[in-house]
Amino acid sequence: MPELYHYLQQLINGLTVGSTYALIAIGYTMVYGIIGMINFAHGEVYMIGSYIAFIALIGLTAMGLDSLPILMIGAFAASMIVTSAYGYSIERVAYRPLRGSNRLIPLISAIGMSIFLQNVVLLTQDSKDKAIPNLFPGNLVFGESTMNGVTVSYMQVLIFIVTFVAMYGLTLFISRSRLGRACRACAEDIKMANLLGINTNGIIALTFVIGAALAAIAAVLISMQYGVINPHIGFLAGIKAFTAAVLGGIGSIPGAMLGGLVLGVAEAFGADIFGDQYKDVVAFSLLVLVLLFRPTGILGRPEVEKV
Amino acid sequence: MSRPILEVRGLTMRFGGLLAVNNVALNVQEKQVVSMIGPNGAGKTTVFNCLTGFYQPTGGEILIEGEAIHGLPGHQIARKGVVRTFQNVRLFKDMTAVENLLVAQHRHLNTNFLAGLFKTPAFRQSERQAMEFARHWLEQVDLIEVANRPAGTLAYGQQRRLEIARCMMTRPRILMLDEPAAGLNPRETEDLKALIGMLRQDHGVTVLLIEHDMKLVMSISDHIYVINQGTPLADGTPEQIRSNPDVIKAYLGEA
Amino acid sequence: MTRNLRTAFFSALLVLAVAVPVFGLKLTTVGIRVEVHGAEAGTFWIIAACAVAMFAWQLVRTRLAAGWAASPSLPTIPAGAGSFLTLPSTQRWIILGLVVVALAWPFYGSRGAVDIATLILIYVMLGLGLNIVVGLAGLLDLGYVGFYAVGAYTYALLSHYYDVGFWTALPIAGAMAALFGFLLGFPVLRLRGDYLAIVTLGFGEIIRILLRNMTELTGGPNGISGIDKPTLFGLSFDRRAAEGMQTFHEYFGVAYNSVNKVIFLYLIALLLVLLTLFVINRLLRMPIGRAWEALREDEIACRALGMNPTVIKLSAFTLGATFAGFAGSFFAARQGLVSPESFTFIESAIILAIVVLGGMGSQLGVILAAVVMILLPELMREFSEYRMLMFGALMVLMMIWRPQGLLPMQRPHLELKQ
Repeated sequence: MPELYHYLQQLINGLTVGSTYALIAIGYTMVYGIIGMINFAHGEVYMIGSYIAFIALIGLTAMGLDSLPILMIGAFAASMIVTSAYGYSIERVAYRPLRGSNRLIPLISAIGMSIFLQNVVLLTQDSKDKAIPNLFPGNLVFGESTMNGVTVSYMQVLIFIVTFVAMYGLTLFISRSRLGRACRACAEDIKMANLLGINTNGIIALTFVIGAALAAIAAVLISMQYGVINPHIGFLAGIKAFTAAVLGGIGSIPGAMLGGLVLGVAEAFGADIFGDQYKDVVAFSLLVLVLLFRPTGILGRPEVEKV
Repeated sequence: MSRPILEVRGLTMRFGGLLAVNNVALNVQEKQVVSMIGPNGAGKTTVFNCLTGFYQPTGGEILIEGEAIHGLPGHQIARKGVVRTFQNVRLFKDMTAVENLLVAQHRHLNTNFLAGLFKTPAFRQSERQAMEFARHWLEQVDLIEVANRPAGTLAYGQQRRLEIARCMMTRPRILMLDEPAAGLNPRETEDLKALIGMLRQDHGVTVLLIEHDMKLVMSISDHIYVINQGTPLADGTPEQIRSNPDVIKAYLGEA
Repeated sequence: MTRNLRTAFFSALLVLAVAVPVFGLKLTTVGIRVEVHGAEAGTFWIIAACAVAMFAWQLVRTRLAAGWAASPSLPTIPAGAGSFLTLPSTQRWIILGLVVVALAWPFYGSRGAVDIATLILIYVMLGLGLNIVVGLAGLLDLGYVGFYAVGAYTYALLSHYYDVGFWTALPIAGAMAALFGFLLGFPVLRLRGDYLAIVTLGFGEIIRILLRNMTELTGGPNGISGIDKPTLFGLSFDRRAAEGMQTFHEYFGVAYNSVNKVIFLYLIALLLVLLTLFVINRLLRMPIGRAWEALREDEIACRALGMNPTVIKLSAFTLGATFAGFAGSFFAARQGLVSPESFTFIESAIILAIVVLGGMGSQLGVILAAVVMILLPELMREFSEYRMLMFGALMVLMMIWRPQGLLPMQRPHLELKQ
């Protein structure tokens, strides 16, 4: 039994991390689906989101508003509003002026944007780790004991619930609302959508904003789960989420969700087998392997080359 | 009848649910000029894309002198002597006309890294020969005056001729021309016809042609294939095609 | 008008949302607790001023734009002068002039100046190498620093375990980096541009993580120290030679001067840069150089002409890696110490910024950009913490304002003589 518990525990940990990867990955996949470009600065949006979450949590506590629901709502709201502003600004500054140019050019400008944002935070917030205590102490234990059983922390439960709600909301938005339909039309054929009177610039900006807001949700959850942030976390989170997006099939929203979960689980088991220091290598290797052998990912559509 | 240089059997190409090419067969003898005609969207260019390895056909066989080439990547098919032009000319626009022709000889040049680094006699020799070969063909297609101009700045008709000359740099056996007369004026079309005749006569090239200009097709082809909605409709000599009731119906619509 | 007003209001709000939380509020660790402190009042005034300025700008923007369109265009650099500067022949003369200056430099400059110049030369070499990949072949390689690391560790390990000297290790380091370039490039070069960028980024990180974790071999995070300095035909530049060796100052009967060592290192770097320049100049005029250009313009046409895109890209990738390997082994020799933290993604980004700033494909541009990028932060020490911030902002602005770089170069065209 201990064997089985151990694997179950890894699976649950992997799924927890994976579901947050999935949230960030949606930002990549939606932008890619519509303008066919990688938003390299997305990881930094996530990083800024976690700073805002910390500021909101600590600020509200200092003001005496320290009941859990207020803290949570405050952190989510503040973080999502600010990252949305960042997502929108990134699109306006680093992407919109470059629309229609060679595809490497916006990628380079996004890399520049990413370096810029990371250093803005480094300068204004300094490079030291910032830590807060866990707001949801406590675990659910299945099995005989924490040593011989499966432990699920309340925080993990919260992550599952929030992720699920956010994903469900997004799916409804995309499939039911008028704007969601416009998004799908743009992903299908942006020139045609433009001709049909859809404000494509607006839709592109909207995808950046939605992606940023979802990254903020992930940022609040992950920074509360680990309790530590610094200005460098965006880089790794960005690459992981991008891997998740590619794994699931870039451009596909369900793909990003699936990719995130698969990556999270693969990482958890990889770290278990090769040691924790190789966790990131597992993710990078997975990225390389997927791109080599199945560049369209699990759920992606094959691209037909136009001759 | 001798063995065909190009033989296609049961060629099928499917994009998702769309059957773009259905069971097409071709039989091309050496030094023939063979044309494919059909309404827009009939799948002619898709056939070309399958033959030149840009698409992996869903089914069927493509044989060059009896050797199967379907499934090979594009550059390897080109190395077997099958080269093509494109419907919307694809030149290297920022490179000069003569450089376009030099690039196309890449495979026949001395590409040894050290030889180029130290400009060995063998390297110079190889570069000189490439230049001479390019000059020869620029003369053939009457572009010698614009040899040093960027290809993108040439007139449309000149670009079409340059693209054909660029194909000839690879010393092809089968030349596939995708609507070479599109956008040409009647005089340029006459020149094109003469050029194709010359390629066949003097250089032993087999030509496979997609074209809408019926006058050109009828006057130049040894054999014509008609394709409609991805499916072969008829084939035969120009006379046979001209009098084929199915072809007339497909082109003029049901009367 | 109301629509304009709304846009302006929205833009001003955006400025506030972006700036206030990040600039105005600071997380500060006090004891074991983290507190939020507000910034000084001045910061908030500046943010407010920015928001107002944005508001005003959005209101008058459309009218200003109309005004600009109506008025004759502003005087710019005359087209003739611009194209004169981008001619390959002009640039070659300027580079020659720079080489002369570079040769004279160590005998007039101070020790510190020579040292900085050596550092600049390393980045020139890296920039030129990456320029082959990005500028000439059009492949965005974000893991270039990985090959730099391979070169550096090759020499470090050879020196540490087998006592191999710099000159023997230099070609081996180049070859090792080339081998890595070839092995990593072979599978990934089929990928489209932006995927390639991310995969190379992943490779660069994998190499660094491996170096950090294979502690028995590479010394882990501490790296390898005590790497031998280069010698001049067996003459060492140390005060006292190791056993069986002779020192430079003893052999030539001059007084020992530690500056000699710095100058010698500088000259080696210069030699390597000159070698790189020579090779790239030849490459541009070789069939492979033409093939890179053709591939950048139209990969489909290349395939239709029987050229194998993977092989052509691979040659650029491998060559670029080779130069990174040379630069890496020189870096290891100069520092005498290598550790994984010298090879982070930021390093790749700096090299890329040099290439982008200089002008993709232009050697002179890369040289000047390397000088600017390395020299400026050294000169403005007090601003050194803003270095990366400026790099990032520059990359964005350059892409918007001048994607071809500050000093692009027209490719040398082969002429058909009539």
